[in-house]
Amino acid sequence: MKRILLIGNPNVGKSVIFSRLTGVNVIASNYPGTTVEFTKGYMRWGDEKAEVIDVPGTYGLEPNSRAEEVAVEMLKTGDLVINIVDATNLERNLNLTLQLMKSGKPVIIALNLCDEIRHIGIQIHVKKLARIFGVPVIPTCAITGEGIRKLVSQLFNARSGTIDFDEDKRWEKVGEIISQVQKITHRHHTFLERLEDASIKPVSGIPLAVLIVLITFGVIRLVGEGLINYLFEPLFENLWAPLMLKLSTSLGSGGFFHDVLIGKLIYGKIDFVESLGLLTTGFFVPLAMVLPYVFSFYLALSFLEDSGYLPRLGVLVDNVMHRLGLHGLAIVPMMLGLGCNVPGALATRVLETERERFISATLMAICVPCMAQIAMIVGLIGRSGIGGMGMVFGTLFFVWVILGLFLNRIMKGESPEIFVEIPPYRLPYPGALWKKLWIRTKGFLREAVPFVLLGVFFVNILYTLGIIEFISRLTAPVVTGILGLPREAVGALIVGFLRKDVAVGMLLPLDLSFSQLIVASVVLAMYFPCVATFVVLIRELGVKNMMKSALIMILSALVVGGFLNLVLRS
Amino acid sequence: MIDLTQLKVGESGRVIEIQGGFGMVRRLESLGIRIGKKLTKVSSQFMNGPVTVRIDNFQVAIGRGMARKIILKVKR
Repeated sequence: MKRILLIGNPNVGKSVIFSRLTGVNVIASNYPGTTVEFTKGYMRWGDEKAEVIDVPGTYGLEPNSRAEEVAVEMLKTGDLVINIVDATNLERNLNLTLQLMKSGKPVIIALNLCDEIRHIGIQIHVKKLARIFGVPVIPTCAITGEGIRKLVSQLFNARSGTIDFDEDKRWEKVGEIISQVQKITHRHHTFLERLEDASIKPVSGIPLAVLIVLITFGVIRLVGEGLINYLFEPLFENLWAPLMLKLSTSLGSGGFFHDVLIGKLIYGKIDFVESLGLLTTGFFVPLAMVLPYVFSFYLALSFLEDSGYLPRLGVLVDNVMHRLGLHGLAIVPMMLGLGCNVPGALATRVLETERERFISATLMAICVPCMAQIAMIVGLIGRSGIGGMGMVFGTLFFVWVILGLFLNRIMKGESPEIFVEIPPYRLPYPGALWKKLWIRTKGFLREAVPFVLLGVFFVNILYTLGIIEFISRLTAPVVTGILGLPREAVGALIVGFLRKDVAVGMLLPLDLSFSQLIVASVVLAMYFPCVATFVVLIRELGVKNMMKSALIMILSALVVGGFLNLVLRS
Repeated sequence: MIDLTQLKVGESGRVIEIQGGFGMVRRLESLGIRIGKKLTKVSSQFMNGPVTVRIDNFQVAIGRGMARKIILKVKR
């Protein structure tokens, strides 16, 4: 099978073209480094199937980051290269194109973002460009799909470039080509460009950042709560609950099967959070409590990503991040981690050194709770006012800072400086935004729901076999002695390894006091990542570093939990 | 002759020297910063934070230490 590679600078639209070619939906955003791992898809190649690979963006074939290394490795395995070139920055992009020519692989150039160059007054002589390189050049506009059909029909004509140049004088050659094919005409400042400048100058940028963060969280809360109160809860209470009650009666209101499917009845009624049955809690938690927040978070995040704001926020906080041993771009894994720690862990690849990746992955796993967990904490503690939530998230933020300062101090080496392209602001394209939201929501449903069901089932088995009782006796000195929680809370800690949202839900029947709720929520967030994150972290950090990281997690959870217990009880 | 950190916001200069090793020169080059290019400073963060420059049609944020090694010629 032929293998087609999509290669280009970061943030030129490779992932969008990939989706167009293969029909496989991948996440595309407006910042460099969205794709840190290659994605595979298939398309028709005449009568056969061809493999298409979305390669992480790279500025050259001498790699500077983990994501770029992946790109260089991939190039060796390809039969044909589609080189995606950002038409608005021809010069920088052609540097990579020239390096690709030296590889001898058949190449076809997709000159992308053609709609944008019209706005900013650049004209490119496409035919001349094709003649110079000796390979086909197809103008495309990936986001609307313009030119994609032509690109596909011309794939057969891809060939090794005929251009000849001296490797040491590559930039001179680029300059020479540019002077032949590009004409810059009039350009005027647009509103978006003025906004770009305002949001990166500290005097206006910092207040703007505070405003944007506040609005973002406001929107997440508004949409999430709205969906819960007006859609999901009424659906469950009015339609699902009567059905379940009937089922409960027909199962005899008790017994093992009843308890696994429906759960324990609380005062003769089904409580969707406390009953802990597969059909009750197993569906209610992921669908009616977590999904609305996951959806609203990804709506907001996707908008921020596609607008191009995230790297600017990174530049504004770069200073602070340096004290934690990171640089500004490390906000990307932190932000993604708020949605789900798995993509957050993968996104640490945008960072250059192993040290930075270790610090950011550890800080994220400990101090950044995923949206599923946040939603449950909001559901659990939010009832007793905003103060409790402030304490939980305030503590986590505080630990994030202190632990970062500490790791930066004890780990050898320094954090490299930020060096990143700042993308232009773009108005998010609604079609692309919805598609991304759908990919992520679907991903949540596919991956979370089975795990929640598994978690709930697991709890039932553990209780029935008396295992939780057994472990809780063993761990009582720690759970009760240090953390001040009832010893049964260890059940939540065990299940937290599978799903943190179910674990938070399991705290409810324990009748915890306000301070115990806070300790338990913080400890559940910190002590260990869920299994999905754990697996990815092992892959990203290696077994040895993951063990170190895990040790830090457990220790800091005990220290912080114990400290909170002391402070709150007194 | 000044380095990039000394350039004022809004001012432009042409790169005449990069005082770094091969690796750094290559990294800067890959993002289009090399001798002869015109840079315009867009912003500079507080307390030795990164500077942002515009080159052709794009912007790059550069850490302070790296920016100090980019030497520019400015017409004032």
